Amino acid sequence: MKVDLLPLSRVSAALAAREVSPEALLESSLERIRALDGKLHAFLRLTEGEARAAAKAASQRRERIGPLDGVPIALKDIFCMEGVETTAGSRILKGYLPPYDATVVRKLKQAGAVIVGKLNMDEFAMGSSTENSAFGPTRNPWDLERTPGGSSGGSAAAVAARMVPGTLGTDTGGSIRQPAALVGCAGMKPTYGRVSRFGVIAFASSLDQVGAFAQDVRGVALLLSAIAGHDPDDQTSSTRPVPDYAASLARGVRGLRIGVPAEYFGEGLQPEIDKAVRAGIEVLRSEGCEVKPISLPNSPHAIAAYYIVATAEASSNLARYDGVRYGHRARATQLLEMYERTRAEGFGAEVKRRIMLGTYALSAGYYDAYYLRAQKVRALIRRDFDTAFATVDAVVCPTSPTTAFRLGEKVDDPLAMYLNDIYTVPVNLAGLPGISVPCGFDNKRLPIGMQLIGKPFDEETLLRLAHAYEQRAGFAEQLPPLVEHAGR
Amino acid sequence: MPVADFEPVIGLEVHAQLLTRSKIFCGCSTSFGAPPNTQVCPVCLGLPGALPSLNRAAVEMAIKAGKAFGCRIAERSIWARKNYFYPDLPKGYQISQYELPICSGGAVPVPGLGTIGLTRIHLEEDAGKNIHAESGSQVDLNRSGVPLIEIVGEPQLRSAEEASEYLKALRLSLIYLGINDGNLEEGSFRCDANVSVRPRGTQKLGTRVELKNINSFRFVRQAIEYEIERQVKEIESGGKVLQQTRLFDNEKGVTRSMRSKEEANDYRYFPEPDLPPLLVSPEWAAKVQVPKLPHEVLDELTRSGVAQADARTIVADPRLVEVHRRVGGDPRRAALFVVGELARAVNEKEADLAALKFEPAQVAEVWKLQDAGTLSSTAAKEVLAELIRSGKPPARIVQEKGLAQVSDAGALEAVVDAVLARSVSEAEKYKAGKKNLLGFFVGQAMKELKGKGNPGALNELFKRKLGD
Repeated sequence: MKVDLLPLSRVSAALAAREVSPEALLESSLERIRALDGKLHAFLRLTEGEARAAAKAASQRRERIGPLDGVPIALKDIFCMEGVETTAGSRILKGYLPPYDATVVRKLKQAGAVIVGKLNMDEFAMGSSTENSAFGPTRNPWDLERTPGGSSGGSAAAVAARMVPGTLGTDTGGSIRQPAALVGCAGMKPTYGRVSRFGVIAFASSLDQVGAFAQDVRGVALLLSAIAGHDPDDQTSSTRPVPDYAASLARGVRGLRIGVPAEYFGEGLQPEIDKAVRAGIEVLRSEGCEVKPISLPNSPHAIAAYYIVATAEASSNLARYDGVRYGHRARATQLLEMYERTRAEGFGAEVKRRIMLGTYALSAGYYDAYYLRAQKVRALIRRDFDTAFATVDAVVCPTSPTTAFRLGEKVDDPLAMYLNDIYTVPVNLAGLPGISVPCGFDNKRLPIGMQLIGKPFDEETLLRLAHAYEQRAGFAEQLPPLVEHAGR
Repeated sequence: MPVADFEPVIGLEVHAQLLTRSKIFCGCSTSFGAPPNTQVCPVCLGLPGALPSLNRAAVEMAIKAGKAFGCRIAERSIWARKNYFYPDLPKGYQISQYELPICSGGAVPVPGLGTIGLTRIHLEEDAGKNIHAESGSQVDLNRSGVPLIEIVGEPQLRSAEEASEYLKALRLSLIYLGINDGNLEEGSFRCDANVSVRPRGTQKLGTRVELKNINSFRFVRQAIEYEIERQVKEIESGGKVLQQTRLFDNEKGVTRSMRSKEEANDYRYFPEPDLPPLLVSPEWAAKVQVPKLPHEVLDELTRSGVAQADARTIVADPRLVEVHRRVGGDPRRAALFVVGELARAVNEKEADLAALKFEPAQVAEVWKLQDAGTLSSTAAKEVLAELIRSGKPPARIVQEKGLAQVSDAGALEAVVDAVLARSVSEAEKYKAGKKNLLGFFVGQAMKELKGKGNPGALNELFKRKLGD
């Protein structure tokens, strides 16, 4: 197999063994992107110049900085990168050049990673299909008529299509785990506060968290070790030390207790997913895990609470896009008219819908009934998980109720789209870490994802479980037809 | 009912910029007057992805104010977003405090009024400035993110005069605390007034009008007086006072409606998710030192013997308090110097309190020369004036100006003898009882000594020689 088709940790090993040079690796990555992206539209733009310089620097280093040195990485277009257009998938930021690097971008650069380009996403990370991008949807490498999920659809599709071995995304309600499930790769949303949000364009500040995609769990662990940690520029980031996640994978899973929540296997779940996830649980049991039934009774209220909290915060976070200082500005003669036209022209329909929902939820007279009550539900959901974690080390459930749906299938039905995040949203509300790993295919040969949810700051246990499962299952190694056809 | 039959009820909200070196949520400088948009960064420009990082120095200044005014300091307070659109507000929201402010309760001592209660003091960030020019409007964001405390007073003020006194006392207190420069013109100390009227003797509050854009003590009085009269007239003519925000027009001296209650912003306050709750441990609060407030310094000065009027003059300017302290010695004598020679020099622009040329401790050297008889009181005044002007050592001034008195007995005796030798008839008259001729003799001697003779010593000598 060509090195560039290998999962991230093996690409890293090949670089360490000097079986391939960072420059050659970058060129084959760019070559695959050129060959496939016309069909996929995972990328919004390439940073070829910067990438070639970084690859050259990597190949000239006598000693590798670390496991990401020379590894091609791409970024969801929500991460600010100095001098590189960053749009968050929105017309309102078209042409916007940030004057600074997001903390995670700086950390990746310092780790020697070769940043190849910026990836497509739902506008301001609002969506579950990447169809809300102002620049056109991304397609699923397993079926080009289907969505790769979202909002980090570009990040997921780029990894699944082996364009780059690793990508970064953000997850506010499932935006990493759901697309990872829909394209058949691993994707992790760490604990809220584990990774700095500085320089990450905000959607919902109390829910947004940066995470990583790779074909292999070890690759996700390597990326997470590089980007996690306290950042004085983000006061919601944790000061807890960052463990060596990849090193912890060797510890195995024997004796770990995993909980199976009844509420996550109910109505609306595609039967093949139910079956695949239950089979996955049996694999973990056979690896020595103790499996226990648990209950998370308040999870059914999560979507409602989420769409209050997330939209409320978004309505405020997106107020800065007013045409005064940067981004799109509409022609107008009066201030109010300028504001109205700028935002009418700059934002897409879903973003407008959420700004209006959030503005309404925070309005005088409605605050208590909506925002305050949603915060109470949020506390109850967190308490459910706390109770569960008194008896189990991790929770296992499906990532998404369905496999990849058709482009256009849900664009006119926002509620149906929102319900696709039914199993992922509670994790964000509770601020917990979650990971999705490939656990099989449905009868259309579309990937299925299994979700593992952990205690706060216990990413290690999740990575160990996901890694142990992946070693046995082997689904992550399967190539989508698009890549197979392009030739190995 | 005439105006006198109505009772005004006034509460002031003061925004005071804190004297931190850097802004409240980023490291940019807070200094005033830099070229537009040169003291900015992604955070205070509200660029996509930027997040606030709290400056603890601003918190300490808020604690200082809270302790000075006897407020409760919250161990846990929270930040809130106040949402509204305006070009000088880069994020589309202001980070402020709403439900749980850092300080609540407390009171400000106001000379003549006792104390005026405080509702709360909270921390927040300042907005930038819109600059309107012929060619269009521009925004300067240097001020964006400068730390502010908002000090909300209870509606306990009953006249424009009281409001003005309260404001003066509050301003001076903040200057004493070293947390605000009290500059109304540059806008580092700003005031909004809530004004309502009610028939005297009734308890129910009238409809409140908020006055904005009052940027001097004179305007505070003018705006409130105008507003009281306007509201009374409104009621008198059978109308109703409308709840609204009014802008003071300082050229015309009137207030005019800016927005009605219906047009008021719904600020959609909610807890700021980008900042954890602000925790102030009792240990942290205890460590914050609070300097003396003006009324405490006034008490100290009067107790040490300084005249009430002099003490008040000194307390009104903390720089004078500082000079008084550094002069040292007898507090009364030091006070007389401060309100006398120094005040005169300042008045005549011979001294600048912001940049004194002399070391106040040198004043004591002049006193020593005076007490030892080396300087006459007139000469001492002259030396002090020169000291203030130039800062030269007093001994050098005395020498250069030749101000030392001749007290040497031998030198004086020679002059006295010479005077008596040429004034034989006057001496006879003196001896015959015309004692007021003593002044004539001393005057003659002084002439000879070019005014530098010690008058006391000359008196004694003449008396002795003339047989008294």
